[in-house]
Amino acid sequence: MNILVCISNVPDTTTKINFINNDSEFDTNGVQYIINPNDEFGLTRAIWFQQKKGAKVTVLTVGESSCEPIMRKCLAIGADKAIRIDAIPTDGFFVANQVSEICKKNNYDLIIAGRESIDYNGGMVPGILAGLLNYNFVTNCIQLEIDQNIAVASREIDGGKEILSSKLPIIIGAQKGLVEEKDLIIPNMRGIMQARQKPLDVIRPINIQAKSIIKSFEKPKPKGEVKLVPSDNVDELINLLHNEAKVI
Amino acid sequence: MSILVYTESENNNFKKNALEVLSYGKALSKIMNEKVVCVSFNIDNTEDLSLHGADKSIIINDTSLADFKAKTYSNCISKIAKKEKSKIIILSSSADCRYLAPLLAVELDSSYSPNVVDLPKSSNPLVVKRTCFTNKAFSFSELNSEINIIGLSNNAFGVHENQSETTFENEKIELIEDTIKINSTEKITGKVTIADADIVISGGRGLKGPENWHLIEDLAEVLGAATACSKPVSDMGWRPHSEHVGQTGKPVASNLYIAIGVSGAIQHIAGINSSKVKVVVNNDPEAPFFKAADYGVIGDAFEVVPKLIKKLKAFKN
Ligand SMILES: Cc1cc2nc3c(=O)[nH]c(=O)nc-3n(C[C@H](O)[C@H](O)[C@H](O)COP(=O)(O)OP(=O)(O)OC[C@H]3O[C@@H](n4cnc5c(N)ncnc54)[C@H](O)[C@@H]3O)c2cc1C
Repeated sequence: MNILVCISNVPDTTTKINFINNDSEFDTNGVQYIINPNDEFGLTRAIWFQQKKGAKVTVLTVGESSCEPIMRKCLAIGADKAIRIDAIPTDGFFVANQVSEICKKNNYDLIIAGRESIDYNGGMVPGILAGLLNYNFVTNCIQLEIDQNIAVASREIDGGKEILSSKLPIIIGAQKGLVEEKDLIIPNMRGIMQARQKPLDVIRPINIQAKSIIKSFEKPKPKGEVKLVPSDNVDELINLLHNEAKVI
Repeated sequence: MSILVYTESENNNFKKNALEVLSYGKALSKIMNEKVVCVSFNIDNTEDLSLHGADKSIIINDTSLADFKAKTYSNCISKIAKKEKSKIIILSSSADCRYLAPLLAVELDSSYSPNVVDLPKSSNPLVVKRTCFTNKAFSFSELNSEINIIGLSNNAFGVHENQSETTFENEKIELIEDTIKINSTEKITGKVTIADADIVISGGRGLKGPENWHLIEDLAEVLGAATACSKPVSDMGWRPHSEHVGQTGKPVASNLYIAIGVSGAIQHIAGINSSKVKVVVNNDPEAPFFKAADYGVIGDAFEVVPKLIKKLKAFKN
């Protein structure tokens, strides 16, 4: 089984978000980058298929050379091979089109991407890829089993879950729940050493236009002071929620 | 030309977010001077559409569409969009809409922006305001396709009545074959979901263990609220993953969010920040949540919450 996992390089979850150049650009100064958490859940599941079923795992990102540390990290976690498409990921369409070019040249049985990235939250890449390749697609995936050429995937729905099945190839939008938190792999020294020897191919992008452009950013308005209510006076809290905030 | 709104239904009734996207579509239609057309599947009672501003309603009643299937649904919507010459399509941010939106975008070769929180800043070119960095910021994004899809954030616009003259059409659509099979669906009934809830009650590690969750559940019950939790609480298996809210869990955009024994880590706040009013109960006055909250009680959850439940019951009667 051949698995492709799409990886997005995103600011660490503790990052304070600031903008520069008249609020037109994200300030990357001092920002630490991580593997997008949803992608990491997907990668962890892919490595499980590698270890239990001998699958081959390729990781792919669309990004500049500054993304290479996290691609090396994916290799240290256990991916066999990495590909970087050398382009600035302008929007979800652009990225999905780049990825689809790679998919057309390789026979991946399973393609996993995070259901969304935690920076631009587009939630587009796996779905658009599925549309472009005309592959079956399950997003918000919280469980994935593969037997022969049939995938059984659970999708989280509002208020429950749905269990779906499909022939391979299939595209999965990964999210929390797909693997347990304790199963996330922290690379060990051996993994890190091996990762240096593994291939990381750099590929030129195809020529394609994004369909959206970010014109500017805005930060949320600063919040007013919290109103403290003494713990022995919950009546006052109820009064405030009812008469002032009007939410109960 | 038109603005197309997908009015989602469940068990032959409109979902709450259907009326919100329709209200948004109506407001946009006034700005753009276009008609607002709704497309719905398997609906009997359509009064709500006229009440919330539909100029035209297209209903596809077909028992084969009883179960949601992303590809089939998106194909039907794309056919209607082409027929109605829709330039803008509005979807909610339900799990199903987020699932079908990218597929629809490919079918129509359109752009798509999820998490939109307001009416467009400009309509030509179309510039929308949306959240990014998981609610830590907003961006103004220009959507520059012939057809553009807007995914409206839950609870961002509200439901507004606007009695209108609606023309009704029933449409029969030749369904494509969807090769994904639904084996089974498990849905908790009789419980408010985080996505639909006006009020969400969330518990953190400060509650000490799953055996104390009756505090959260009882409080939720008095208020008709959904229950949620912080990440470590779901990681430790005290509560199901589906209740985990925050940057790596579910987003919450309720009217009222009450956090009990949650410290208010940046990843937690990011996910719940779109909620309109935030309340925290925590015994540590230094807990970061107090900086994000509108109302706070410094106190022991095990003392404050039972009192709150008792007083709320009295208040509700
Ligand atoms: C990559 C990444 C992603 C993450 N994503 C998320 C996410 O999506 N959502 C999320 O929630 N977290 C997330 N986290 C974790 C986050 O950093 C915090 O660790 C977590 O939110 C803390 O959970 P908590 O508030 O329940 O527990 P704690 O931080 O342990 O806080 C417990 C609080 O309870 C209070 N308390 C204790 N006893 C009582 C009492 N008797 N009465 C009242 N209050 C009491 C304490 O004062 C304390 O403030 C993420 C972390 C990482 C690294």
